[in-house]
Amino acid sequence: MPRWRPRVADPLYPRDRNWNPAAHFPEYKSSILRSPQKPLVKAPPSPSEDHGPVFGHDMLGPLDNDLIRNFAAPGEMAIGPRMIVHGRVWDENARPVPGALIEVWQANAGGRYRHAKEGYLAPLDPNFSGCGRMITDDDGTYRFTTVQPGPYPWPNGPNSWRPAHIHFSVFGHSFAQRLITQMYFEGDPLIPLCPIVRAISDSAAIAQLTARLDMDATAPMDALAYRFDIILRGRGSTPFGNRMEGN
Amino acid sequence: MTTKRLKESPSQTAGPYVHIGCTPNFAGITGVYASDPGATMLTDSTEGERITVTGTVYDGEDAPLTDALIEIWQADAAGHFSTTNTGFTGWGRCPADQDTGAWRFETIRPGATGGGAAHITFWIVARGINVGLHTRMYFPDEPKLPSDPWLSLVEDTRRDTLITKQVADGHFQFNIHLQGPNETVFFDA
Repeated sequence: MPRWRPRVADPLYPRDRNWNPAAHFPEYKSSILRSPQKPLVKAPPSPSEDHGPVFGHDMLGPLDNDLIRNFAAPGEMAIGPRMIVHGRVWDENARPVPGALIEVWQANAGGRYRHAKEGYLAPLDPNFSGCGRMITDDDGTYRFTTVQPGPYPWPNGPNSWRPAHIHFSVFGHSFAQRLITQMYFEGDPLIPLCPIVRAISDSAAIAQLTARLDMDATAPMDALAYRFDIILRGRGSTPFGNRMEGN
Repeated sequence: MTTKRLKESPSQTAGPYVHIGCTPNFAGITGVYASDPGATMLTDSTEGERITVTGTVYDGEDAPLTDALIEIWQADAAGHFSTTNTGFTGWGRCPADQDTGAWRFETIRPGATGGGAAHITFWIVARGINVGLHTRMYFPDEPKLPSDPWLSLVEDTRRDTLITKQVADGHFQFNIHLQGPNETVFFDA
């Protein structure tokens, strides 16, 4: 069945820089020396940004979306609260985005990442890698199973803690839809304290990154479920400055 | 058709552990994915002039970013974008070296596209970068540079930050500066 693809005739809606986090946000120390100081140059649509790489299901292994088992020894599983994360990828016009590659990564249940530069004293889980990926179905849905990541301290202020979170990398159909973000968990009291979150000034934008407990999607006697929808830029006839022709 | 406009999910930093999710084999997590996506752009059937593109991303104190992840996206040698998995994907991903910050792509020289000069799109994420940074690398000897629609939006004094340096036959170096007098031009497109 051919996948529905949006037409590339209309430009992408501009990215709302006030809805996105500030590039320079001193409370998040790493942003001080890594944020451009000159304004971004606003550029018109071009084929380079309208197109994007295409990923096929043939790249996926059977356990790629099962973080509980994809690094585990035979017969073993990752330790931690078992969890299903699912949702849909939409564009800003509320149309589902099929064929979107989603890559996720996270700390283990103790808040420890499997990474050479990680220094937290919490132990590694020998059966947990922390990576997973999937491609959205024709209706934009995705789903993976994992364990709930733990919160952890990090070297920012004297006592900074990250709320529990899962990192998401998403490819839409256009390279200009490229997105990396983080998913937080409903009710986590660390969310409003986190400098990385607080770089986003609009509480509605933060809410959009907060997954909701979804009892209907739980696996009884097995795993809780969280729902997290992702919105990518959509297309519409928004003029580019006063330079666009035909809009 | 009337639909309620949704808002794009806001970006958050890729953080220092982006490799776990995007280049797990590079991060020493083997046996989950056969290879890291984007690690190889070329196949035997790729047509076009082979080129190597190397560089380093520098912060406001000229320190190399050793935890950045660089993605590139480009047209094929004829100036077309790949829409199927043929001989050339057009997309590459390379983590910066964890000691030196150097990154490297083996690709082909793209053809011109969109009425402008040939270029390679760059997207940079890292700890401390809250929204991925989008820029372009142009080639120094392209006749269409003066009429390129994007380059023409850039102040004369900053245009050089988008033009790669040829350091050897088929080898281009494109260093990216996040701040300072040589701050690279980043686009909002």
